[in-house]
Amino acid sequence: MGVEGIGARVVRKEDKRFITGKGRYVDDIKLQGMTFAHFVRSPHAHAKVKKIDSSAALKMPGVVAVLTGQQIVDDKVGNLICGWAITSKDGSPMKMGAWPAMAPETVRFVGQAVAVVIADSKNLARDAAEAVVVDYEELPVVADVHAAIKSGAPQLHPEAPGNQVYDWVIGDEGATDAAFAKAANVVKLDVTNNRLAPNAMEPRAAIADYDAAEEHFTLYTTSQNPHVARLVLSAFYNIAPEHKLRVIAPDVGGGFGSKIYIYPEEMVALWASKKVGRPVKWTGDRTEAFLTDAHGRDHVTHAEMAFDANNKITGLKVKTYANFGAYMSLFSSAVPTYLYATLLSGQYNIPAIHAEVIGVYTNTVPVDAYRGAGRPEASYLIERLMETAARQLKVDPAALRKTNFITQFPHQTPVIMAYDIGDFNASLDAAMKAIDYAGFASRKAQAKAQGKLRGIGLSCYIEACGIAPSKAVGSLGAGVGLWESAEVRVNPVGTIEILTGSHSHGQGHETTFCQLVAERLGIPISQVSIVHGDTDKVQFGMGTYGSRSAAVGLTAILKAMEKMEAKAKKIAAHALEASEADIVIENGEFKVTGTDKAIALPMVALAAYTAHNLPDGMEPGLKESAFYDPTNFTFPAGTYICELEVDPGTGKTSFVNFVAADDFGRLINPMIVEGQVHGGLVQGIGQALLEHAIYDANGQPVTASFMDYAMPRADDVPSFNLSHTTTLCPGNPLGIKGCGEAGAIGASAAVINAITDAIGKNNLEMPATPDRVWRTIHAA
Amino acid sequence: MYQTTYHRASSVDEAASLFAKSSEAKFLAGGQTLLPVMKQRLASPSDVIDLGKIKELQGVELSGDVLTIKAATTYYDIMTNADVKKAIPAIAHLTSVLGDPAVRYRGTIGGSIANNDPAADFPAALLALGATVKTNKRSITADDFFKGLFTTALEDGEIITAVSFPVPAKAGYEKMRHPASRFALTGVFVAQTKSGEVRVAATGASQSGVMRVPAIEAALKANWSPSAIDSVSISASNLLADIHGTAEYRANLVKVMAQRAVTAAG
Repeated sequence: MGVEGIGARVVRKEDKRFITGKGRYVDDIKLQGMTFAHFVRSPHAHAKVKKIDSSAALKMPGVVAVLTGQQIVDDKVGNLICGWAITSKDGSPMKMGAWPAMAPETVRFVGQAVAVVIADSKNLARDAAEAVVVDYEELPVVADVHAAIKSGAPQLHPEAPGNQVYDWVIGDEGATDAAFAKAANVVKLDVTNNRLAPNAMEPRAAIADYDAAEEHFTLYTTSQNPHVARLVLSAFYNIAPEHKLRVIAPDVGGGFGSKIYIYPEEMVALWASKKVGRPVKWTGDRTEAFLTDAHGRDHVTHAEMAFDANNKITGLKVKTYANFGAYMSLFSSAVPTYLYATLLSGQYNIPAIHAEVIGVYTNTVPVDAYRGAGRPEASYLIERLMETAARQLKVDPAALRKTNFITQFPHQTPVIMAYDIGDFNASLDAAMKAIDYAGFASRKAQAKAQGKLRGIGLSCYIEACGIAPSKAVGSLGAGVGLWESAEVRVNPVGTIEILTGSHSHGQGHETTFCQLVAERLGIPISQVSIVHGDTDKVQFGMGTYGSRSAAVGLTAILKAMEKMEAKAKKIAAHALEASEADIVIENGEFKVTGTDKAIALPMVALAAYTAHNLPDGMEPGLKESAFYDPTNFTFPAGTYICELEVDPGTGKTSFVNFVAADDFGRLINPMIVEGQVHGGLVQGIGQALLEHAIYDANGQPVTASFMDYAMPRADDVPSFNLSHTTTLCPGNPLGIKGCGEAGAIGASAAVINAITDAIGKNNLEMPATPDRVWRTIHAA
Repeated sequence: MYQTTYHRASSVDEAASLFAKSSEAKFLAGGQTLLPVMKQRLASPSDVIDLGKIKELQGVELSGDVLTIKAATTYYDIMTNADVKKAIPAIAHLTSVLGDPAVRYRGTIGGSIANNDPAADFPAALLALGATVKTNKRSITADDFFKGLFTTALEDGEIITAVSFPVPAKAGYEKMRHPASRFALTGVFVAQTKSGEVRVAATGASQSGVMRVPAIEAALKANWSPSAIDSVSISASNLLADIHGTAEYRANLVKVMAQRAVTAAG
C-alpha cells in the first residue's frame, strides 16, 4: 500500500488549516459593499399573515430594504420543491403543500420567515427586524403525529386532506398475513424514534453577489452538494440559468444531511442581492439553526414479528407514521420510504415483510435526511424487536440473531434490496469476543453486589449506502441520478489536481482521495490536490451524503485515473520505444517491465503538454474525466455491543464498554474511518440518551438552545473499542462499502437494549434520560 | 446585542457611583449569565459596570473559623485555593464541578449568588453553611439573602463584596447535572456545624429557588449517616419540572444527593 497509499493511516492534509484557524468558511468571506440580511420570523406555529408594516424599519439607520413574502411571490421565485415523488397505495401522488421561500399568507412553523431586512451591518439589520410589525391571526396547531392524524384535526394545507402526505406500502401483505396466521410466536413492539436537531458545528450561511453587468449571480453557501443547489435554484426557483449562477461551497463545518437541501435563506439572499444591487450575507445563529435546519427521525411505529417453533422469523409487519413537519423538504419523501422500509429485513432472513408508511404534516420545521436517514429508524426498530423477541422467547439474544442471519449472498430481501455480500456471523463473533460476552453474567453479578444494575445490549445493523444506482432510484421516483463525476488533471510539471463532485465537510476527502492517486502512481500525496465545492471549477457532480463519497466519488476518480494512465502509458511507451503493454507504473515512474528503462511522470506530463513528440494522432494534454454510476447500493453491516451500568438511585447510565465490529469493505484510511465511526457512535448514543427536539402542544419549540437540547459531550460517551471484519464489496472495483453513517445507525439500539437489560423492563423510549430510566425502574 | 456603554470600575465606590449616574445599569462580574442574555437581546442595560477587575473584590482569607471569599473571585481561583481546600473542601469540590473550565475561569461567587439562578450551585453552599453575604452597605445572612427565583435581598445598586463562611465540622455537596445545560438538575449541600447543628440546602429542585430541607436536617441531626435519610419522604409538590426532570424525579434526587453528600462529607 505504500506509506501514503490505500490502507495507510495518513494524517489529514486539511487539518493544518482547520486546527490553526485558517479554514475559510462562508462567514469568513467579505465582499465589497456587502449588506447583511436578518429575517423576520414567525413566533407562531400556525397563523395568517394579515399585514406587514415595514415603515418604521425602513426609516432606521443603515437599512437598505425590507422585503416580504408577497414580493418574492410577485417576482415569481419558485416554491421549494421535494425531489423524490412517492405514490400512495391508492395510486395517487404525494400531496405537496406550497412552500414559498418567505410566507406571503400563512406561516406553518415557528421560525418560518415572513420578511427580510437588508442593512449595512448585521446589528442594524437585527435592530430593524425588531421594528417590522407583523399582524398575525393565530390558527389552531398540530404539533405532532398523534395530533395530526386525529379526525377533525386542524389542516395545514388545502392540498393535503387529513394532513396526509402519502400512505405508502411495500412488500407482500398476503404472504405476511399468511405467515402470521401460522406463527408459533408473535412479538409486538411500539417504538417512537425521537426527533433530532442536526447541529452541525457551523451554522448555515450564504452570501449572494449579483453582477448586473453580466446578469450573473455568485452564491457562497454551506452546501454538501453545490451543483445540486445550482440545478435546483436554476431549474425550479427561477433565480438564474445555470451558466449565470456560480455556487461555491468553501470549507463547510459539518452537515450530517442538514446541508443537502436548498433552504429559503439562500434563495432570498440571491433574490435580494439583485433587488438591492449589492452583495447580501446571511449567517444563521444557533437559535435559527434549531428553528430552521431540517430536523431528523420523528417516527411513531407499531411492529409485529412472527416466529416459527424453531425461533426462525417468518414474517414482519410494520406501520409507521412519519412526521414531515410543515412542508416537504428536498429529499424528505424518500427517507421514511425507500431509505427506511427497504432496510426492514435487517441482517435476517425474513420471508415475508409488509410495511405501511403514512407521512403527515405538522406545524413544525420540516424533517429530512439526518445522518443515516431512514436506516437508523429501520435498524433501531429491527434490533429492538430482536431483543424483545429474545426476552419473550427466552433465548440468548446473540443466538436468536445467529439463528436468523442471512448467510448466503447475494440475498434478495422482500423489500427491494439485494444484499451483495456480508458475513454477519463474523462481525457478531468479533464483537462478542471483544466484549467477553461469555463473561458478562459474572460481571453483572459483581455489579449487583455494588448496587449497580449492569446490562448488555446488541445491535446487528445493516445499511444501504453508496447512494445510488441512478436507474434504480429513477424507477423509484427520484428526480436526479446519483452517479458521481471526477476529472484528473496532470499538470505539465507532473503534479496532479483531482476535481471531484463529492464535497468534503469534515470527511477528509483531501487526504483519502489523494491516497488513491498515491497508491496508483507511487507519488507522495503532497503532489496531489483535491478541488471541490465550486461549480465554476468542477464539472457537474452530485455531492456528499449517504456514505457515498468513497464508494461512488472515489470510484469515479479511479475511472478517470485509469483513462489518464492509459494515455500516459502510450506516451511513455512512445518515449521509451517500448510496447505499451510492457509499461508499468512504479514510484512515480513509467517503467518498461523487466528492464531498467523508465521515464518519470513529470517527463511524461511535459511531453503531453509540449506535444513535440507524441504518438501519431494523439491529442496533446493529460487530463481525463469520468462519470461513475454504481450498479447497486453497498451494504455496510456490523455488530455493536454495549455494556453499561445504571445507577438505580438516579437512573443515570454509565458506559462500561462499547465495542464495534464493522464491515465497511476496503478501508482507504483506517484512522479517518475510526473518526467517522467515533462520530457516528456519539450521534447514535446522543439519540439514545440525550437528544430530543421537542415542540409543545402549541408548536412552540422547547429545545431551541443548548441549554435545553442535550448534545453529547466527551464525558457522556465511552472510549470505543473498534474492529473490522471485511468482505470486499463486489459492486465497485475498490471493494468499498462506506463508513459515514454506520455508527449513527447501529448505536442507539445497542444502548437501549443494554439499559432495558440492566433494569429488567423492556419498554423504554429514547432518549433514555436519567429521569425516564428512574421512572421506568420504579414504575409499578 | 443592543448598544450599551461599558465601564471598568477600579473600586467598589466608583462602581456604586457609576451605577447611580446611569439610567439602567447592570453590574458585570464574570458575565456568565449577563453576557449571553445580552447577546440574545433579552437584556438591554444602558451601562455595564465591570466589577471583575476591582482588586478589593479578589481573593480568599481564612481567619480562625471563618473563610471569607471576596465577591469577584473566580470559581477556578476558589477551586484551587489552599485555604478553601483546607477549611471547607466541599466548596472546592462544588467549584470543581461547576460548569466547565471556561465557566470556571470567568464565573464568580458574587455573580452566582447575585443572580440566584434556581439551578446554581453556590446558593446551596451559602444556605447550608449559614454564610453571611457582605455588601458595600451591610451584612445579610444567607437565610435572608435568597428570596426566590432570580431574586435576592440586594437593593438596587448594592454590590456584594464578599461571602463569609463559618468553617463547619463536616460538609459535602453532590449534584445530578442537567444533561443539556450542566447546571444542577438537583444538588444538595449538607453541613454539620462545629456546634452540632445540621443544615441541608437543595438547589435546582424548588420552584422558589434554593431551599432548606428540614426533614433531612432532622434525620441527620438524629443520625449523621446516609441511611438516616432512607425513611425521609420528600414531597414533589412545588418542585420544578421540565423536560429533563419531573418533580417526582427531583424529589428523589433531593434524597439521593443528600445521602451521597453525607457520604462525601464523611
